[in-house]
Amino acid sequence: MNVLCLGVSHQTASVEIRERFAVPETRLPEIALEIGALPGVEEAVIVSTCNRVEYYAASGNAPEALDALRCYLQARTPQTFPLRPGESEPFYTLSGPASIDHLFRVVSGLESMIIGETEILGQVKKAYAAASRAGSTSRHLNKLFQRAFNVAKEVRTRTSITRGSVSVGSVAVDLAERIFGNLSRCRVMILGAGETSELTARALLSRNVRSLFVSNRSFDRAAQLAAQMGGEAIHFDQWDQRFSDIDILVSSTAAPHPIITGEKLSPIMKQRSDRPLFVIDLAVPRDADPDVNRLEGVYLYDIDSLQAIADRGLENRQREITQCEALIARHVGDFYQWLTAGPGTPPVHLPVASRKI
Amino acid sequence: MERLLLILSTICFLLGFAYTAYLLRKGRHRHSRFNLCVMGIGFGLQTWFLHLRGQAIGRCPLTNFFEILIFMSWSIVLLYLLIGPTYRLSLLGAFTSPLVCAFQIVALLAPIDTVHALGARPDPWLEMHAALSIIAYGAFAMAGVAGVMYIAQERQLKNHRLGSFFYEMPPIMHLAVANTRLLWAGLILLSVGLLCGFMVNAHLNAYKIGWGVIMWCLYLAILVARRLGPRRVALLSVGAFSLSLTALLGLNFMIERVRL
Repeated sequence: MNVLCLGVSHQTASVEIRERFAVPETRLPEIALEIGALPGVEEAVIVSTCNRVEYYAASGNAPEALDALRCYLQARTPQTFPLRPGESEPFYTLSGPASIDHLFRVVSGLESMIIGETEILGQVKKAYAAASRAGSTSRHLNKLFQRAFNVAKEVRTRTSITRGSVSVGSVAVDLAERIFGNLSRCRVMILGAGETSELTARALLSRNVRSLFVSNRSFDRAAQLAAQMGGEAIHFDQWDQRFSDIDILVSSTAAPHPIITGEKLSPIMKQRSDRPLFVIDLAVPRDADPDVNRLEGVYLYDIDSLQAIADRGLENRQREITQCEALIARHVGDFYQWLTAGPGTPPVHLPVASRKI
Repeated sequence: MERLLLILSTICFLLGFAYTAYLLRKGRHRHSRFNLCVMGIGFGLQTWFLHLRGQAIGRCPLTNFFEILIFMSWSIVLLYLLIGPTYRLSLLGAFTSPLVCAFQIVALLAPIDTVHALGARPDPWLEMHAALSIIAYGAFAMAGVAGVMYIAQERQLKNHRLGSFFYEMPPIMHLAVANTRLLWAGLILLSVGLLCGFMVNAHLNAYKIGWGVIMWCLYLAILVARRLGPRRVALLSVGAFSLSLTALLGLNFMIERVRL
């Protein structure tokens, strides 16, 4: 028995190509059944996300199954992507330990656009559940995917691959949680309804902040954004009057000089000595005077400092890859041994060679 | 047997500290049960030691500086085990264990386990006074530990230099709350301890009582002046505990000298 993987991903194909092969979630069971019925294919699971479309198959005759898979894809997308016989690009085709290794890497987030992200695990779980419900999986793929989920869990707990944040929005949310703990009691104010501040506010809203105020020079834009996010719009000349209630301020106005100054904050901070204030300044030129960070209880982060933390987070994750790979290689060896020799055989640790057929 | 128990408990705390320090250094700290387990075992051994010592002398084992240090270590670990999981301050163990280790190593190495002539029957008010006061100092020690953690966390947040254990530390607001609550707990225990002291029939050491009252006033002032902000409260709780420890050391040293 062999495990095959045929797919396209953000590493091998542009979004124009990937979108032609994407399978809607509702059609996953149906397509999985069609794949499972192809000559040489005994079991099938389809993983389709915005960054990858992959067909996993268990087969007793790998060359026959791969030909059938290619023909199937050619038939399915004749106009949009005509595949000639024998043409494999932009698809990668993996078999044996390489395909097992690939799945384990995918679920662990090592193949993701943002290394270590965990959303992919949920997406693969959904894809497997859809295939399982449709009856296109059996002993081999059931075991493979269950093992993959265990590997992902082990990678997450035994390495720091998911640690730290790698985007400005997630860094801001992480820092807010390091300051306030649970954000459900926090009040957020957005000053200047720009795109980055909107994204950051949305990231904070995903943690169920208590309330949101939006203030912008154009009140209509503030009202529009407030309505979209379930917040309250405030006239721009009144934002500082609501300031004493705020825990997190996200600022990105087009003001040519600092509008958040020590003179403005100092009296407010004296009234709320045991409540910190987190100022996220995303504007260039900056909205907050850097000296504000010297006030007790005020934590000021500008766009550069947030980006620097995100970059360090990414570097840390990249450093963890080797450890993740060693851990995955052990599981690949175990699983491949089981797959080729059957259960009950003692596990061996095989080196994983990335090979294409 | 007694000292062996104490050595073993010190090894437990050292192990806990070394393991956490190793994980932090590697940047791989996780909320494992190992630290809690070794602290629990160390606490069990401490309790066993205090029980044996109490049986041997027929009263609460607070008759010399050696016993005071062990009793204080015991109360610190007790508070850690009680509040650590409640406030999810698991990393508190990394800061608590070195303090407890230091106390126990000093107790084991310094020639302070002196035997004194004791009265036939212990006064229960005196026992309560001594035990509650030492547990209060345990609470102040934990407040100091929370204060150190607050200052470390604040420093990282202000300087934008997020170290390997930044993400493992409790949120800074939780640390401020824990710090204040521990100070209140310590103050209440010290108040009851001092009241018990006034009920004792025998003559008490005036320096010790006087110092207890001064510390009570100092901690009350820190709590009343909370408007100073959590940073200053954290700094003051560290300073006040260092002062009380130094004074306790000095006073007991003086008393031992007088006895000799």
